Amino acid sequence: MLRLIIYLRYIFNMCFRTVEPLEYYRRFLKENCRPDGRELGEFRTTTVNIGSISTADGSALVKLGNTTVICGVKAEFAVPPTDAPDKGYVVPNVDLPPLCSSRFRSGPPGEEAQVASQFIADVIENSQIIQKEDLCISPGKLAWVLYCDLICLDYDGNILDACTFALLAALKNVQLPEVTINEETALAEVNLKKKSYLNIRTHPVATSFAVFDDTLLIVDPTGEEEHLATGTLTIVMDEEGKLCCLHKPGGSGLTGAKLQDCMSRAVTRHKEVKKLMDEVIKSIKPK
Amino acid sequence: MEEERHADAKIRAETGTGSSPRGPGCSLRHFACEQNLLSRPDGSASFLQGDTSVLAGVYGPAEVKVSKEIFNKATLEVILRPKIGLPGVAEKSRERLIRNTCEAAVLGTLHPRTSITVVLQVVSDAGSLLACCLNAACIALVDAGVPMRALFCGVTCALDSDGSLVLDPTSKQEKLQQCLAAAQAASQHIFRFYRESLQRRYSKS
Repeated sequence: MLRLIIYLRYIFNMCFRTVEPLEYYRRFLKENCRPDGRELGEFRTTTVNIGSISTADGSALVKLGNTTVICGVKAEFAVPPTDAPDKGYVVPNVDLPPLCSSRFRSGPPGEEAQVASQFIADVIENSQIIQKEDLCISPGKLAWVLYCDLICLDYDGNILDACTFALLAALKNVQLPEVTINEETALAEVNLKKKSYLNIRTHPVATSFAVFDDTLLIVDPTGEEEHLATGTLTIVMDEEGKLCCLHKPGGSGLTGAKLQDCMSRAVTRHKEVKKLMDEVIKSIKPK
Repeated sequence: MEEERHADAKIRAETGTGSSPRGPGCSLRHFACEQNLLSRPDGSASFLQGDTSVLAGVYGPAEVKVSKEIFNKATLEVILRPKIGLPGVAEKSRERLIRNTCEAAVLGTLHPRTSITVVLQVVSDAGSLLACCLNAACIALVDAGVPMRALFCGVTCALDSDGSLVLDPTSKQEKLQQCLAAAQAASQHIFRFYRESLQRRYSKS
């Protein structure tokens, strides 16, 4: 009899969640927690795995709870741009295939994928994660171009944080072979035996927030929470507490004080992520 | 055929090509706007900020495709066309930003299962483009008579990177607050300009 009552209560809760999702969430938010048991400022379990794709020059897989993003970096040759002959290229591309969520259809990249690609391009540009001059082999003639492909395998909210982390981990994993220009033939000679890691100058880490009912801020929103939110905010921080990028695409307004709170949370998150990254890099180095 | 209403405002004219840095006090470029200049859209506006010019047209509330309709509010669509070439990823990112801002300001619940389309065309770009697009979109929405809970405007703020700032993180964050404060002060001027131009438009008719 008791089991029946518990079962019926469960069914009722699930129906309520489907019919009135916002009310369901509000009840949890009033108690300063969320349906999955997290507090408002708590992140989901973050796991990272690097070097899993052997055909890529660098790769990383990041899981933020259920959200899974894999990043593969391929290095190719290109002619440097004429207006900047000593610079290479870093070309990011975020792909949200129909595999990750039912809301995406196959075909040309949708709006969400394009916005994410533009965001990653902005982060690379603003944080100066790689000095483009480091990618130049021979000024005006040859430079590296790093194609960074980020593919989402499972979409459960907070795609921007996962993508930024995956990109950083993959770039740290990239090994470029030594290239010399043969003076006689003017051809490039690649020495695959001698590989060196990229010079990563900064470590940008993104922290995303969702705004509920114009006042409440929650960290690391899941897919459902993003859908119910009235606004989103993503802050990208550096190790020195420098602000690299602040992405707030419209949505409900925020006061300056709330923004400061978000920035302090972003600084703490940066420390957590940096620790995780260092552990992973250390575990792979002896190879 | 309604007459075009032309309104412009001078906040502080740029004095030549002086290299003096702009202080935190308001020093916006000369801006102007024209309303109701296109005949087919329900509302249209052209916003000029210095040499940057954006033309906006609003269609709505109008029919919406069944796949895109939302049962309890209006579907907002923003299309941004660059001056040269086909729209790319950067335009999509800006469209998303303008759309989210408009969604927060427009009272969509008054027109459920309809669509409000904002089309922006970049006529010339001399910096501060996103702010100009936002301002043009706001004036065009007002011109179309779309019910809004608030007006919005865009102000661009730039940070110089001095050697001292790079070393001291807290003053960088302070600079952000200064930016916010400066932007808020400047936005007051833009809102005053909105009020004056609309007053001028509706006082004659």
